[in-house]
Amino acid sequence: MATIKDFFRSKPKYVTIHQPSTDDRREIPDGLWVKCEECGNLLFNKELERSLMVCPKCGYHYRVSARFRIANLVDEDSFEEFDADLIPGDPLGFPAYPEKTRAAQEKTGLKEAVVTGSCKIKGIPVILGVMEFGFIGGSMGSVVGEKITRAAEKALETKLPLIIISTSGGARMQEGILSLMQMAKTSAAIGRLNEAGGLYISVLANPCTAGVMASFASLGDIIIAEPKALVAFAGPRVIEQTVREKLPPGSHRSEFVMEHGFVDLIVDRRELRDTLAKLLNFHSLAGVGGENNG
Amino acid sequence: MVNGNLEFERPLVELESRIAELRRFTKEKNIDMTEEITTLEKKAAKLRHEIYANLTPSQRVQLARHPKRPLALDLINLIFPDFLELHGDRLYRDDHAIIGGLAMLEGAPVTVIAEQKGRDTKENIARNFGMPFPEGYRKALRLMKQAEKFGRPIITLIDTPGAFPGLEAEQRGQAEAIAVNLMYMSSLTVPIVVVVIGEGGSGGALAIGVGDRILMLENAQYSVISPEGCAAILWHDASFAAEAAAALKITAKDLLELKVIDEIIPEPLGGAHRDYAETASNIKAAIVRNLQELNKMDVNNLVDHRYAKFRNMGIFYQADEEKEA
Repeated sequence: MATIKDFFRSKPKYVTIHQPSTDDRREIPDGLWVKCEECGNLLFNKELERSLMVCPKCGYHYRVSARFRIANLVDEDSFEEFDADLIPGDPLGFPAYPEKTRAAQEKTGLKEAVVTGSCKIKGIPVILGVMEFGFIGGSMGSVVGEKITRAAEKALETKLPLIIISTSGGARMQEGILSLMQMAKTSAAIGRLNEAGGLYISVLANPCTAGVMASFASLGDIIIAEPKALVAFAGPRVIEQTVREKLPPGSHRSEFVMEHGFVDLIVDRRELRDTLAKLLNFHSLAGVGGENNG
Repeated sequence: MVNGNLEFERPLVELESRIAELRRFTKEKNIDMTEEITTLEKKAAKLRHEIYANLTPSQRVQLARHPKRPLALDLINLIFPDFLELHGDRLYRDDHAIIGGLAMLEGAPVTVIAEQKGRDTKENIARNFGMPFPEGYRKALRLMKQAEKFGRPIITLIDTPGAFPGLEAEQRGQAEAIAVNLMYMSSLTVPIVVVVIGEGGSGGALAIGVGDRILMLENAQYSVISPEGCAAILWHDASFAAEAAAALKITAKDLLELKVIDEIIPEPLGGAHRDYAETASNIKAAIVRNLQELNKMDVNNLVDHRYAKFRNMGIFYQADEEKEA
């Protein structure tokens, strides 16, 4: 006998959702003016939003939500979300973890710290993952690891390029060793895509550190960082606390990391869509195997 | 800690030294104290059992960091007496917090890679307290690829507080070095057996920890963050480390239940530091048994199994499953 349960079970694995509504494109509350957190200049709200939350005066990149990034990066109505119904458990019975995830879900409107799906960028189909720093610091627990892994596997299966925009404080402490293992799991999945000749572009947004940086975020064929993003294995605070080292100004920022050879490109958020399209074109038709090469 | 002994071991250590004293007395003065000694020994055995059968997670952390606990080289010298160390990452320098080399195990060559702490301050400075720099991980990967080329199984021993967090490590790409190891280890075409012998400190441990079998000494720990670090974040006070150690589920038993490790290697009663030879022989037996099983698998099967092993780690739900629950 068909029950309500069966109805839920028979849902397709990948749920199509409609293009994020205009609300997703909005990042700031009502009010006409804001003061730039960096340069202090007064900015017209609409102007800041139109420049994708990058200060038009000083170029400061505000943190933005995953939905906002997607809405402003992909072709209209092209995003189809994967695995939107995956939710975290509390495998260790960790103090206050369920409350913490519930609060994060309410705050962000997401079930977890990454949104994945397929979409088009200037007409080119790609698999996209975008992390949400507002969800427990974009930390990677079992769900984030699983969704990133499935996205990489989907890229392998569909022979589409993979793009992941990462912003994270690292592994999710509340899931203990299981979150550490997501580093191995996601890296292994990227490894399979890599061996098969698939293109993976990793975009590092502020901040991107620790367990995420020490796994899939560092494994891109091409690694892009937003300007002045904190990009590190151990952030400045960790270093100052644990080894009491004095740090020079600007250490751990995208520019420093590029200078030391670990980032290909620094790209302003307002240029990201164009730059990605250009890179995708350079690898045109090169999903896995690049069948149409030559 | 008193004289290198742990607080909870103290009653036992005191009793043991009294027994030793009586023995000396018997010998020197030729007075028969056998009866007293036997009584005390019974008492010590009982106490030993009471103390070690019921260790809390934080007491196990103390055992894993015990100043007399066998370090990687202590065990390597016992398990692989002909170990020949090879140096350097061929890129920058030789990191002393990670050692690697060749040895024979039951008549077959193997590549051994281990994280090495120091025994005293001088050694610890040379070994950077067992916290590798990126070049350590790159040396490990170089030796693992060499093992793959020559078809040798790889054995890694994990014992680190973590990858070194410092400016130079950032400049040389600590995150990249770890990530690259995770990616390549997951597809190497030779068997990999990992043994956590002391402290498994997060990404710094995992960077040589992707294998076909993950074994763990009974009192070792393996964690995403140190209990002190977790306590500092969660309780804003590192002195809550004992609570954090319990919450993080970092003991061998916890990890076996979470299916992150495959097997617990027993330690001598009272911990690995009480009998290096027995500890080493237990580790050796476990490595040999697991390698024998892995050697039977063909290469594709081996790599697919390793992928699936890590692919399946993690606990999560579908939203509608929760509705059912």
